[in-house]
Amino acid sequence: MTLIHPTKTEMPALDPVARRACWDEVAVGYTVERALAEARRCVQCQDPVCELGCPVGVPIRDFVRRIQLGDFAGAADVIRTRNLLPAICGRVCPVEHQCEAHCATVGRLEPVGIGRLERFVADWERSHPRDGATAREVKRPETVAIVGSGPAGLTAASDLARLGYGVTVFEALHAVGGVLRYGIPEFRLPKAIVDEDVERLGELGVEFRTDVVVGKTVTIDELLDELGYAAVFVGTGAGSPKFMGIPGENLKGVYSANEYLTRVNLMRAYDFPGYDTPVKRPTRAAVIGAGDTAMDAARVSIRLGAEETHVVYRRSEAEMGARHEDFVRAGEEGAIFDWLTLPVRFLPDAERRVRALECLRMELGEPDASGRPRPVPIPGSEFELEANLVVIALGTNPNPLVPQTTPGIEIDGHGCIVVDPETGRTSRPGVYAGGDISTGAATVILAMGAGRRAASAIHGYLQGGSDGDVGA
Amino acid sequence: MAAILDKRELTPVTRLFVVDAPLVARHAQPGQFVIVRVSDHGERVPISITDFDLEAGTVTLVIQEVGRTSRLLCALEPGGELLDLVGPLGLPAPLPQEGHAALVGGGFGAGAVFPLARELRRRGVRVTSIVGARTAELLILRELLEPASDAYEPCTDDGSVGYHGFTAARLGELLEGGAGFTCCYAIGPMPMLRAVAETTRPHGLQTFVSLDPIMVDGTGMCGACRISVGGETRFACVDGPFFDAHQVDFEEAVVRSKMYVDEEQAALAGAAAS
Repeated sequence: MTLIHPTKTEMPALDPVARRACWDEVAVGYTVERALAEARRCVQCQDPVCELGCPVGVPIRDFVRRIQLGDFAGAADVIRTRNLLPAICGRVCPVEHQCEAHCATVGRLEPVGIGRLERFVADWERSHPRDGATAREVKRPETVAIVGSGPAGLTAASDLARLGYGVTVFEALHAVGGVLRYGIPEFRLPKAIVDEDVERLGELGVEFRTDVVVGKTVTIDELLDELGYAAVFVGTGAGSPKFMGIPGENLKGVYSANEYLTRVNLMRAYDFPGYDTPVKRPTRAAVIGAGDTAMDAARVSIRLGAEETHVVYRRSEAEMGARHEDFVRAGEEGAIFDWLTLPVRFLPDAERRVRALECLRMELGEPDASGRPRPVPIPGSEFELEANLVVIALGTNPNPLVPQTTPGIEIDGHGCIVVDPETGRTSRPGVYAGGDISTGAATVILAMGAGRRAASAIHGYLQGGSDGDVGA
Repeated sequence: MAAILDKRELTPVTRLFVVDAPLVARHAQPGQFVIVRVSDHGERVPISITDFDLEAGTVTLVIQEVGRTSRLLCALEPGGELLDLVGPLGLPAPLPQEGHAALVGGGFGAGAVFPLARELRRRGVRVTSIVGARTAELLILRELLEPASDAYEPCTDDGSVGYHGFTAARLGELLEGGAGFTCCYAIGPMPMLRAVAETTRPHGLQTFVSLDPIMVDGTGMCGACRISVGGETRFACVDGPFFDAHQVDFEEAVVRSKMYVDEEQAALAGAAAS
C-alpha cells in the first residue's frame, strides 16, 4: 500500500484580494489530476464509516472508487442513487461535521476531501451531459404537492417524480430554490447550478409554480380536497429572522441576514441601480453571529465595499457554528473576528442611521443548557465598535404561514411542525413535512435527507403500504 | 404572471388596473395586499387590494406614480401582464360586527378603503368614508366608494370640492360633533395616518392604520417591514398591515420608509449624468 499524503489535495481558489471585489465562485474546484490525487488518499475501508456521517447515505466509498478508476460517469451514477443535488452539496455541506468527521484517517491525517470530490464529480457531470440517467420508469396517477422549493422540497420532488408521480412545487418567491437562491451567495454557490438542478427536475416532469404562498394563495386543505393532490410535503423552511430586542435595532442600516442576503442574492442589489432593489453599501460593517449565514453576510459586506468588516460573536471561536472552510475564506478576505463580544445597543447618528455598536466583553463561565461554556459579561467592559452597516445573523424561527392556516397540524413550542422523524408524517393524514420547518434552522443536507425520507414515506402512503425506501 | 384586463386613468398620476388573479381573488379579504414585480430587474413592491371579484377572478389595484417601479407599473397596458403578482398577503383588517366606522383614505387609500366599506356594510356596520386629495381632479373612485358608504365626506386641500382641509381635520370635526364613531380605519400616506392617530387619540377611539413600509419578500422572511408597535417589533407583512394607531412608533416608521432615499437620489443623478 502506498503512503497516504497527510493533507488534503489543495482546492484552488481565487486570490483573496482580487475576490474582495468580485462575485465569482471563490473555490475553483479540482482538476482531474487533483481529483485523482485526492481520491487515491481513500483507502477503501472494508467498513466505510464515512457513510454513517452522510444524512442522505451517499455510498461514498463506491463513488470515490469510481474516481480512482477514472470512471467519473460511474461516480456520478453512484452519487445520484442517493443525492440528486451533488453540485450543491459538494459546495455547501458542513463536511467536517459529517462524512469527513467519520473518515478512518481522522486523528492521524486530514480526512479524505469527500466534499471536494463530490463537487468534482458533479461538475464533471455538468460539463459532460448524458441522456437517460433520470428517465422515469412508470407513470402513476397520483399527484403530490410540494410546498417550498428549497433543498427539502427539491429533493422530495425529485424522488417522487422518479417514482412516477406527478409533482407540483409551489414557491412563494418569484424564483425557485429557497435558501439556495435567496440565502447562499453566488461566490459560494453559483446560481447557474441551482438553475441546472431545477431544469433537470423540469425534465423529469416536475411542474414549478412560483408566486404562490401556500397558506395565503391556496391552503393545504384546498390542495388536498379540491385541487386533487393525493399528498402534500411541506418544506417551507425556517423563514422568520430572529432579532435581538436591543435598543436601536430598527435604525437605518440594521438588517436581518435574511433581508441583507435576499436583497443581494435574489434581488441582485449589488448591481443597483442596474437592478431596482437597493442595499446599503457600508464603509464599516458588523455582522452579529458566527454561523454559515454570518460568514456569508460578512463576505457580502466586503464585496459591497466595506473597508472593515467585523464578525461579532458572544462566544469564542471554539463554539462558532460556521463551516470551517467559509470561516477561513472570510478571514482571508479580511473579516475581523471579535470573539466574546456582545452588542447591547446600536447607536444612531443624527439621521437615525446606525453609527456604532455598544458592546460588552465576555468571558466563558460554567456550561449552559447547550452544554457550551456560558458567556458572561465582564463588568465595566463597554466599548463602541463603529459600523454603518449591521447584519444580525442569529438564526431564524420556523415560517408560521402553513402552521397558521392548516387546521389539525400539530405544532411544537418553537412553532415547528411536529413530525415522525423517520417518515416526516405530520398529525394530518397525507401531509408530510421536513427540513427547517420541522427541525428549526439546520443545514441543506439535513433538509435534503428529510425530503428524501418523506418522499419515501409518501410513496408508501400512496401505495397503501408502509414506509418504503426510494433507493435507486 | 397576471394578465392586465383593464386600465383606467383616475388622475394624471393614478391608474386603476384590473388583473386576472383567480386564486388571489378567491382568498382576498378586506385590508390585504399583493406584492408585484414589473420587470426581471424589478423590485418587489406591496400594493393594497382596492377590490376583488371572486366570480370574475380578478383583483383591482390602484397605483400612484411615486417612484421608478410605480411609473413602470403605470405604463403597462391591457393585453400586457404583471411579471409577478403574489398574494393575498397580510392579515385581513380587524373589522367589527356592529357600530359606526370612520374610514379615512388619502391618495391611493381612497380606493383601498373600499373593500372595508363593503364588508362593514354587509355586516351591518354604519360607514362614514372621509377621503382626501389635494384638489377635486385628484379625488378618486367616488363612484365606487360613495354608494358603499352611509356618509361620504370628500376633503380637498384647496376646497375645490367638499371640506376645505385635511381628512384628519374633518374627522376631528365629526368626532367633536358627536358622530358616534366606534372605530376608525385609515389607509394612505404616512403623515395622514399619523394625523388621524393624533386626532382620535384624545377621544379614545379605537383606530387602526394600514402601514405600507418597505418590503422585500412579503411573507415574513426578511423583516425589512418591521414596525415598533407598543414597544414590540412586528412585521407589517405578516402581523399587519393594520396596527393599533395609538401604539405605532410613527417617527421610526417615517425614518425607515426613507431608508433608501440617498441611494435612489444617487441613482437618479447617475442616470441624469449618463
